[in-house]
Amino acid sequence: MSKNEEDIIVCRCEDITLGEIRKVIREGATTLDEVKRITRAGMGPCQGRTCRLLVAGEIANYLGKPVSEILQSSYRPPFKPVKMGDLAQIHEGNGDCCDCDSEEEGVNS
Amino acid sequence: MRSSADVVVIGGGVVGASIAYNLAKQGVKDVVLCEKDTFANGSTGRCGAGVREQWGSEGNIRICKASIDIFENLQEELDYDYDIEFVQKGYLMMAYTEKEWDQFQKNVEVQHRLGVNSILCTPEEAKEIVPVLNTEGMFGATYNARDGHANPFHTTNAYLKAFERLGGEVNDFTEVTGIEKRGDKVAKVKTTKGDISAPVVVNAAGPWAAPVGSMVGVELPVYTERHQILVTEAVGHLFDPMLMSFSLGIYCQQTPHGSLVMGIGDPNEPKGYDIGQSWQFLKKMSDVMCRLVPALKGVRVVRQWSGLYTISPDAHPILGTVPGVDGYYQAVGFSGHGFMLAPIVGKLISEMIVGKEPSIDISDLDLGRFERGDLRVEPSVV
Repeated sequence: MSKNEEDIIVCRCEDITLGEIRKVIREGATTLDEVKRITRAGMGPCQGRTCRLLVAGEIANYLGKPVSEILQSSYRPPFKPVKMGDLAQIHEGNGDCCDCDSEEEGVNS
Repeated sequence: MRSSADVVVIGGGVVGASIAYNLAKQGVKDVVLCEKDTFANGSTGRCGAGVREQWGSEGNIRICKASIDIFENLQEELDYDYDIEFVQKGYLMMAYTEKEWDQFQKNVEVQHRLGVNSILCTPEEAKEIVPVLNTEGMFGATYNARDGHANPFHTTNAYLKAFERLGGEVNDFTEVTGIEKRGDKVAKVKTTKGDISAPVVVNAAGPWAAPVGSMVGVELPVYTERHQILVTEAVGHLFDPMLMSFSLGIYCQQTPHGSLVMGIGDPNEPKGYDIGQSWQFLKKMSDVMCRLVPALKGVRVVRQWSGLYTISPDAHPILGTVPGVDGYYQAVGFSGHGFMLAPIVGKLISEMIVGKEPSIDISDLDLGRFERGDLRVEPSVV
């Protein structure tokens, strides 16, 4: 594997490179969950929307199996990141979210 | 997979991993670990990952203090390629009722007697430790700088990798389906990948401890219960210690990565093996935490999940042997505290198996205590 290829970012949320993914697979990871748990690939704000298939492809390639046989990790809520200030204001009765005034109280990432 | 072993450890969570590693470290040559899924997939990888010695009972303080001693050198001991992310930035335990505050003051006395350097804080002093904290309604807090948290995935993986380097065998996707005895003695472990003859078997099956126990005729008085948890996006530094309150039912920590991991108790959580999630949890968790730390209002929740507590009648683990089943050992029923206890429990169980006197007496944590009516009491769980 060329140096450049090793540096390709696979998980853009967590800055995980192809080299890091391949290392974990060489060390014995055979599922998306294992790669995720060790590297954090797929744990960021997009929840693996981009890297999930790429990682599955790498595992499949290494094991010589079709991608469809690679065990997927769970899809977990929420569908997209939601501010805690907004969640706190959900009204139990109707599920509506009102008075979302948390914009001003953001924390620098 | 090996067809015979000196010891078979059932469970690839942090408890099983620690026991397996410690056995290999004690010189047991042929140890095989069986995990029905992948490492840390049961309760370990779903937990809040806190480690504390701020307890109320002498027994708990002693054992957790010893576990922290191990955690402090674990990265080096296991010679791990990655980082187990053990950080000691304290626990701030907040009291919201007079009764709770009285209990905390008593706890600190016991802690001091046993060498734990916890301190009592006024709400103002708590705010000095956590400037972003809203101390409204708080009676006081206790703080212990030596408490902290670690990464459960990496801690478990570190144990397993070290175990393998010492000659141990880890089998994932290998479910134990039965245990055969010869007379009163454990003889063979049956799995979905084949049988392993072994004179010693260790039940470290976490939420599946009861079904594994029943394979040798041991009925464990434990039940499983769902606990929900979430993680936020990574943000800049907000606070150092694990925040915890029994009255509010919450804990919250900021990981070295910058994300915040938090959970809140709910008496209506289902018992059994349900590990789904609810939006009600998101609402309640956010509501309580945004009041406690208003800066969290603008922080986004990225993911929610749940895991199982395996709860014993006195909310303490059940450790050691069972009379009448030779070669069977168990480390089960951790009641939500398995992660912090795993390093010391692994050491103690391995000492028992190789016939050494355990370095801390845990004979009162045996299964027999429930029949004797000798239940353990921990005042620091409200």
